[in-house]
Amino acid sequence: MTTMQKLLQLPVNAVNIVKTVQSQVQGQEEDKSPVLTPDSGQHSWYSALQPDELRHLRSGGSGGGGGGGSGDHEERAPQEEGGGGGSFQTQPLRHDDLKEMLDSNKDSLKLEAMKRIVAMIARGKNASDLFPAVVKNVACKNIEVKKLVYVYLVRYAEEQQDLALLSISTFQRGLKDPNQLIRASALRVLSSIRVTIIVPIMMLAIKEAASDMSPYVRKTAAHAIPKLYSLDPEQKDQLIEVIEKLLADKTTLVAGSVVMAFEEVCPERIDLIHKNYRKLCNLLIDVEEWGQVVIINMLTRYARTQFLNPNMNESLLEEGSGGDRTFYGSDEDEDEDEEEKEKKAETPAMAKRKPYVMDPDHRLLLRNTKPLLQSRNAAVVMAVAQLYFHLAPKAEVGVIAKALVRLLRSHSEVQYVVLQNVATMTIKRRGMFEPYLKSFYIRSTDPTQIKVLKLEVLTNLANETNISTILREFQTYIKSMDKDFVAATIQAIGRCATNIGEVRDTCLNGLVQLLSNRDELVVAESVVVIKKLLQMQPEKHSDIIKHMAKLTDNIQVPMARASILWLIGEYCEHVPKIAPDVLRKMAKSFTNEEDIVKLQIINLAAKLYLTNSKQTKLLTQYVLNLAKYDQNYDIRDRARFIRQLIVPTEKSGALSKYAKKLFLALKPAPVLESPFKDRDHFQLGSLSHLLNAKAGGYQELPDWPEAAPDPSVRNVEVKDSVFTLLERVTTLTSVPEWTKCSSREKRKEKKVEKPFYSDSEGESGPTESADSESDSASGSESGSGSEESASRSESEESEDGSESEEEEEEEEEEKEKKKKKKELKKPVQESESEQSSEEEERKHQRKTKQRKSDSESESDEDEESESESSQSESEESESEAEVKKKKKAAESKPPSKPVKKESKKEKKEMSLLDLDDFEPAPSPQVTPVNTFLSNSLVTDLEGLSLSDTVLSPATIAPSSALKNYELLHRITGEGLSVEYCFSRQPFSPDANMVAVQMQFTNNATADTKNLHIEDVKLQSGMRVKEFSEIELLPAGETATAVMGIDFCDSTQAANFQLCTHTRKFFVSIQPPVGELMRPVFLTENEFKKEQEKLLHNLGQLMGMNEITEKLTLDMKCRNEHTIVQRVTTAANLSRVPCGSDKECRFAGRTVSSSSLVLVTVATKEEGAAQLTVNCEKMVIGTMLVKDILLALTQ
Amino acid sequence: MIHSLFLINHTGDIFLEKHWKSVIGRSVCDYFFEAREKAVEPENVPPVLQTPHHYLISIYRGKLFFLSVIQTEVPPLFVIEFLHRVADTIQDYFGECSEGVIKDNVVTVYELLEEMLDNGFPLATESNVLKEMIRPPTILRSVVNTLTGASNVGDTLPTGQLSNVPWRRVGVKYTNNEAYFDVIEEIDAILDKSGTTVFAEIQGVIEACVRLTGMPDLTLSFMNPRLLDDVSFHPCVRFKRWESERVLSFIPPDGNFTLMNYHVSSQNLVAIPVYVKQSISFFETGPCGRLDITIGPKQTMGKTVEGLMVTIHMPKAVLSANLTATQGTYTYDLATKVLVWDIGKLNPQKLPNLKGSLTTQAGTPKPEDNPSLNIDLKIQQLAISGLKVSRLDMYGEKYKPFKGVKYLTKAGKFQVRT
Repeated sequence: MTTMQKLLQLPVNAVNIVKTVQSQVQGQEEDKSPVLTPDSGQHSWYSALQPDELRHLRSGGSGGGGGGGSGDHEERAPQEEGGGGGSFQTQPLRHDDLKEMLDSNKDSLKLEAMKRIVAMIARGKNASDLFPAVVKNVACKNIEVKKLVYVYLVRYAEEQQDLALLSISTFQRGLKDPNQLIRASALRVLSSIRVTIIVPIMMLAIKEAASDMSPYVRKTAAHAIPKLYSLDPEQKDQLIEVIEKLLADKTTLVAGSVVMAFEEVCPERIDLIHKNYRKLCNLLIDVEEWGQVVIINMLTRYARTQFLNPNMNESLLEEGSGGDRTFYGSDEDEDEDEEEKEKKAETPAMAKRKPYVMDPDHRLLLRNTKPLLQSRNAAVVMAVAQLYFHLAPKAEVGVIAKALVRLLRSHSEVQYVVLQNVATMTIKRRGMFEPYLKSFYIRSTDPTQIKVLKLEVLTNLANETNISTILREFQTYIKSMDKDFVAATIQAIGRCATNIGEVRDTCLNGLVQLLSNRDELVVAESVVVIKKLLQMQPEKHSDIIKHMAKLTDNIQVPMARASILWLIGEYCEHVPKIAPDVLRKMAKSFTNEEDIVKLQIINLAAKLYLTNSKQTKLLTQYVLNLAKYDQNYDIRDRARFIRQLIVPTEKSGALSKYAKKLFLALKPAPVLESPFKDRDHFQLGSLSHLLNAKAGGYQELPDWPEAAPDPSVRNVEVKDSVFTLLERVTTLTSVPEWTKCSSREKRKEKKVEKPFYSDSEGESGPTESADSESDSASGSESGSGSEESASRSESEESEDGSESEEEEEEEEEEKEKKKKKKELKKPVQESESEQSSEEEERKHQRKTKQRKSDSESESDEDEESESESSQSESEESESEAEVKKKKKAAESKPPSKPVKKESKKEKKEMSLLDLDDFEPAPSPQVTPVNTFLSNSLVTDLEGLSLSDTVLSPATIAPSSALKNYELLHRITGEGLSVEYCFSRQPFSPDANMVAVQMQFTNNATADTKNLHIEDVKLQSGMRVKEFSEIELLPAGETATAVMGIDFCDSTQAANFQLCTHTRKFFVSIQPPVGELMRPVFLTENEFKKEQEKLLHNLGQLMGMNEITEKLTLDMKCRNEHTIVQRVTTAANLSRVPCGSDKECRFAGRTVSSSSLVLVTVATKEEGAAQLTVNCEKMVIGTMLVKDILLALTQ
Repeated sequence: MIHSLFLINHTGDIFLEKHWKSVIGRSVCDYFFEAREKAVEPENVPPVLQTPHHYLISIYRGKLFFLSVIQTEVPPLFVIEFLHRVADTIQDYFGECSEGVIKDNVVTVYELLEEMLDNGFPLATESNVLKEMIRPPTILRSVVNTLTGASNVGDTLPTGQLSNVPWRRVGVKYTNNEAYFDVIEEIDAILDKSGTTVFAEIQGVIEACVRLTGMPDLTLSFMNPRLLDDVSFHPCVRFKRWESERVLSFIPPDGNFTLMNYHVSSQNLVAIPVYVKQSISFFETGPCGRLDITIGPKQTMGKTVEGLMVTIHMPKAVLSANLTATQGTYTYDLATKVLVWDIGKLNPQKLPNLKGSLTTQAGTPKPEDNPSLNIDLKIQQLAISGLKVSRLDMYGEKYKPFKGVKYLTKAGKFQVRT
């Protein structure tokens, strides 16, 4: 099509003209030849176009008759273009010189060529035939060339799918680059290439990037999700998993992008937000502005499903909060207002006797979005405004008015959108904008659409008190030169008059005066409006009707004429003398009237005939006769119908008796309504609202939940809050060692990412704590929420302290802890009693704060785990808390949901552990695995074996101390703790399964019975062989069991429930990639042979089966021995004996599909080394490389 | 979100297109052209248009239309704000946002667009981050590039995107450390025929030009922060500090930026610096009218009013104007019917006056309405609201910067009805 366009652009005779000047052109072009003068950027625009267009002309010409000068080009073309060359007539653009430039080995030439090509793309010209030449340069070293090639690729890959595949391997390599920015850009381009074949590769890349160390790469992964989804919606389920994972991310960088992905892929999965809600609220202020918009819009929807309508008991609330003072909160007392509002916010939360209690989470959202009203970004301000409009209690909505009025200073497009929304708001809550009435005054320089919208707002704002000013203002508008605007003003006056009875007469008089206006449009519009007004009280205004009757001589606008006629007909008894005369005039001009006027003439005739048949009988018949032969069938129909109805004949039916009633019945006065009425069922600020029609992809704003919000959802939240309390106590008692270190380590890393706003104010501490403290996500988040509401007490100070000065912190925290310990008792007691005694609360304000959103304690615990400064302290508290824990246990069955949550969290921790510390930690418990061969011994033995004698894999298997992972922490498990490890032994019942050895320890005081597995949730293809039920696990005892899992060679987690006789725990096992294989023994020759085979025979795309990575070995691991040890620790492989000491080789097969995995580590001088992994399973290969790299470099 | 972008000039040529998802044909713009024709004035084109399969959201800047194509629900302000950000970026890079400039730098613009959106979702909109990736052209650099074949794409990888202060580059160095703040206030007012104020308010903006080494942390405080009613900040300003102490605390971006916008509460009476005595009348008989305008100082706080200019959009019927100005010059554009009287400095001793006759088209009825006057003026060294910066402190760096604050009052949308 594009070529066609180009051909069409070309005038036919232009070809001939060009032919004559061709030689000249040729000469010019030579001058411009890029080889001679590398053009600057500025020049490139022209040079890109000129030769282009000229060549196009030329080839068109040569196709026709063959120009002498272009022969050279013609000959070369077919060779270069291959198959496409034959049809060069349909592809007149060949860009030979560009191709030449791209093929050259000078970067400057390539760059010049790419610039021209991009300029072509920008102009919308087709450059697709250059694809092969461009794609070659995808691996170019020059960064700008590379970038431009990416631009090209993304634009044309869809059209040239096969060729685009050539570039994929480059990006795959980029995905593994140590530089996060390169990884991110590789992912970005890879995911932007819309080629369906690479969907699996994209999926893989996204999954991998979603767990990347760099938040920037994770952000890019979030961006890639909607791209993949639009390419292949089938991937939805898998993508939702990734989204879920990324939603749990705690960095501001990722938050906006992942919510965006969420909105595009699975906006209906509101349940994914539950866990992340508080975190999102707290991060919001530090998220970049575009992300803020998306998050706020999503949270609005979320809140509508989860919380109660705050205006449910409007009257009661207003009583309590002293009316709408905040509406008009002037600037002087703004500060007070703030405080007051805060207090107000707390009042309902505290006072339980009030009928409506705002959910603390609801409050959190309102509080955290409010500062964003000060954003410079209009979209953010609008988003907050709509959130307040839809979610805030009536008394608080007022705060948004000021910000919205501010936006009216912005660009006219912004004004347009804002005014639309203000118009809708003013209908619902007029009071909010009343103080800003004058800001909506219209200037003669405003664009018409803005004027009309302002008018709409002014009309909505009009009430008894301000109507006189508004009307005076309207009077000036009527004089405007913009007639559309004048017409709108007249309508606005009409609406004011209908809405406010007091001014109806004034308005009517004003409008009547307008009837003598010279502009016909104005008069016509007035007539229409007057008609509507008169209908309300016609008796009083017969003089106006008379006046209007006179106008029929002058007014030509059909709508106005029709209105007048209708009026006269309707109220003919008020003007008995004039009406027949009007009909007479109309009958005269009937044939020349417009259709709507004709219809009204018939109506008038009918009505007059019924009331005053003596005078008008003949006239009526005349009119009806005229109408009978009218061209318009509507008119003919009407005439026939009316004739039957009103003219009494013998045959006339029963209806004619009622003709009078039919025609002269009292008609209800029209209601002049704003077009913005009821528009607020669309989410404000949305496109759908603006268009007043549902746009594609619009998510309905759900109604508030009925009387009581959906009980199950509420339950989760209640449980949550109760449970966080429990969690706090329990986590306090024993913070696992690994949690401490990792959070510490993480803290150090995160320092860099410390949110900007946090340094000055303790209030944004929450973000910080959310960042660093990963083991109690929901806990610490809610904690932070409450902190903000609380007056800045010590907890914040210390939080600041803990961020920076470590020495000071120690002391302070000692003090802190003492205080906290005291507090600690309170909340638990309170939560037990469930009763709030208000007097006590007042006495101990701090405690109330704590209770209110069940959380400050979380932050305490944060500190505790962070600092771990004094062991004795924490031990003390441990014992204390343990007592409480027992109390808890004595209570009836604790809720199960939160447990699930925690176990999940722990799982996360684990994966962190995988990456961070690879030192095989000797497990304190005695594992029944046969570790009878020490690592070193095994490796030594391996090193010694130069012969082909096969060491049985079984003996080599446990070649290193096995790492234990936690499946169930003893706190979550209420005394039952479960650890598991991959025993690396063949699972005898099924050779395709990975053996997982589990160790159960009962730390509780009571026995645990019937330990077994239930409700296994697996990815398709995966299988699980459960262990046989453990009947009884006495208190203090340990038991082991082995289960088999077929992971299908993927690192997908196996999720299942671990059940005891009383409880069920959600747990999951996710294998490190290294555990998905079993060692095989190969000789050096076999190894090489297999490697060859993998490289050449199986790989459809070269290099797919081999992944090579350069690395620098850690100082400690430069000898062969350690390398072997580390590799075998990371992956269950066996060493391949080898003659050279520069190379270590390992071999294994994946457990499920027995694909061969070959690993080579070749060492060079100074710790440099090269790692090669060959495996036909690309996923496994990639992940293995990553793991081994980590093992070797740390 | 944003699917495609078309740049369209005033004659209706699409001279640049960029697609972030699959390609959308140009024909989609036809709906826009239709609306454009209907609207007569380019300003009157509705910013949001609905077509059978797409939604078109456009802005009009610098005689260009930035037209974006949307396929699904998205907050319209989101798109509008982004488009303006694109225009701002282009202006920032090349000094102006016009067709010529964009055509001259088409590759750079295209690269910028590529970086600003990913799959239609804004990625990097901070000019500092963008400048790290794509260097703005300078004369020197383009000369060097021509000679050496070097490029204007940054060869270092941008780190700004990863930083927690994305608006500031790391490792900024200056020999002269200076921080300038311009407090600019605009008076928006509507005066009626008799000279009484219908509506007046003050909108202010603090523009900053900060060239400081390292990572300075600045604190700007005001003598009378209570004056400020409604404010909006650059993302660098710590909102909590403002809430609690009414000081602006921030790590500034490098170079020029808008620190804050504010609105002076309407409770304070707004001083109107000039008064206008005017009479414009058209006669019922004969094709003529008369115009007489005098401007005098009102509340100028003892400063001189400069850059005084009066713009009048005359009714269509006015053919020509034959006037004499006691000061300054006037021009009347026959095509657009705009009368501009450029006065310059206001001399209180000798008030400027414009007087003379207007010729209207014969045969047409006399224009019924009088045109309103738009007034433009400037007062140096004065913030009309009385706002004063009390001090600027710098933390985090050792050197002593040079600090400066300048005040300026301008007329914003200052209209006199007649």
